[in-house]
Amino acid sequence: MDLSRLIRIDGTTWQIEPTGAMRVPAVIYAGEGLVREMDEKVYEQTVNVASLPGIVKAAYVMPDAHWGYGFPIGGVAAFDADEGGVVSAGGVGFDVSCGVRTMLSHLKVSQIAPVQKEFADSLFQQIPAGLGSKGAITLDHVEMEAMLKGGARWAVERGWGETRDLERIEEHGEMVGAEPSCVSDRAKERQQREMGTLGSGNHYLEVQAISEVFDKEAAGCFGLEPDEVVVTIHCGSRGLGHQIGTEFLREMLPAAAAAGISLPDRELACAPIKANVGQRYLGAMRSAINCALANREIIGHYARRVFSHFFPNANLDLLFDVSHNTCKVESHKANGGNSRQLFVHRKGATRAFGPNHPDLPQALRTIGQPVLIGGSMGTGSYVLAGCLSSEEKSFASACHGAGRAMSRHTALKKWRGRQIVDELAEHGIIIRSPSMRGIAEEAPGAYKDAEAVVLSAEEAGLAKRVARLRPLICIKG
Amino acid sequence: MPPARWEHFPHSADVGIRGYAATLPEAFEQAALALTGIVTDAEIEPRTSVEVTCEASDLEVLFVEWLNAIIFEMAVRNMIFGGFKVTLTDTALRGTLWGETLDQAKHAPACEPKGATYTALRVAQEPDETWSASCIIDV
Repeated sequence: MDLSRLIRIDGTTWQIEPTGAMRVPAVIYAGEGLVREMDEKVYEQTVNVASLPGIVKAAYVMPDAHWGYGFPIGGVAAFDADEGGVVSAGGVGFDVSCGVRTMLSHLKVSQIAPVQKEFADSLFQQIPAGLGSKGAITLDHVEMEAMLKGGARWAVERGWGETRDLERIEEHGEMVGAEPSCVSDRAKERQQREMGTLGSGNHYLEVQAISEVFDKEAAGCFGLEPDEVVVTIHCGSRGLGHQIGTEFLREMLPAAAAAGISLPDRELACAPIKANVGQRYLGAMRSAINCALANREIIGHYARRVFSHFFPNANLDLLFDVSHNTCKVESHKANGGNSRQLFVHRKGATRAFGPNHPDLPQALRTIGQPVLIGGSMGTGSYVLAGCLSSEEKSFASACHGAGRAMSRHTALKKWRGRQIVDELAEHGIIIRSPSMRGIAEEAPGAYKDAEAVVLSAEEAGLAKRVARLRPLICIKG
Repeated sequence: MPPARWEHFPHSADVGIRGYAATLPEAFEQAALALTGIVTDAEIEPRTSVEVTCEASDLEVLFVEWLNAIIFEMAVRNMIFGGFKVTLTDTALRGTLWGETLDQAKHAPACEPKGATYTALRVAQEPDETWSASCIIDV
């Protein structure tokens, strides 16, 4: 990105002043190196978001931002329904409520090491991964409706999870306001056999070692002990969410025009929150959030089964479950006024509530919300904690991952899957995937440096580093 | 005129697909091959055929609808398609897809297309009169 078009506020804050159709400024949080590497399309897309009706305060860009569709990936924008604010299917993305959960095993790395290969094989066998994999669950009409309403709570009631998990999932595992009647039959059909499947692309299940602790007090509160083992799952709402995104994107094209909203990019398709299509989208999108929460709860249950087979005394405790493609109604102060109900879009951005937030479980309240950052399969992941300042900075939001540095296309020309698997094996990381090409496309070198991203997030006051996680086993979809 | 062909073009997180051909329906068919190319390089047997129809008043939106119709059939039938035939009228498309059940061992699928987007969406006749149809696929 051309730095001359930005006003530098401090080391990690850059502003685009409102010009032309922009209703509010745009604010980018990232160190200079990351901003330089950002695609010019991020600038263009953020300016477009800042031009949408009812946007409040500013359009925000997280340190891991890259070229998305409509909104940049790593974009945050809040809208006020009473000021003509909009909801955008493109602002949420196709994989509604895609997210990350981390579970603590309390096992030492030395306990995993002797059985690492067999353990990887067993996880790969038990957890459906990749296109063409089949889930063990088929939902009939009644169960589909119950799942779309109940989310992770539904999964727990059916025996695929534990009640104690629910307080450690955003929305306590059950997104209110879900309206299964707003979800099309085609979207439901796509989901019939997809529950408990990882999907493909950048989705994974990883067994990780806690390799470094940055903040002892926060790590202690989160239960992150050096050299212990955790499991992290990254996946979303599967076919149901994809179909909802697809259908509403199309439906919002004429809806935007009818509401007199001129779209600089069709992918920004949106509708006034109060319009019929806006309300139906919210009902469907919230159902998709429940689908994602249920899906991760079920996969977590499968992981528990494999762990208990190898380590009968292991009991996986959920640290937290975050979603990074959502639109949620939240109470925020904006422009010095009182708290207002805003529709916060986070597209490739993680909610990052600071300490004492009333929505956090009591056990985490002194520290803040765990913010789970997925890295590449070679370089590892991070656990951060939301800061008090994130509320003022970004409607309590932070980054979501390392972000790609290179397209799949380029990665494929540069690496072979087998070579990546062998190289990572030399570093003690075991990869299992149905596709060698998929591994090449997801090569560690195709991702940005997660460290630079989280350092920027910390310096900008979005979230602070708690611990770093090193992969031991990666089941790649 | 250059022969019909398809290609992928880079996008930071996802994949761009583009089909070229002498006629518009063939450009749509080539783009569909590019969509399958996101998933697999393996050969696909034309064991079963599936019919789809889509409608849109705008040619570019119709192209996105066509790709989304294929993505839907892939998902619900657990199939992969290697042959396509398109007939177009002003606002409607009829398509036939030929393919087989997706087999992880045979096709080693790399990536699942989630949906066709309106980003980098372009359906146009190039200066050499070749038709091209392209957009970004979210994977």
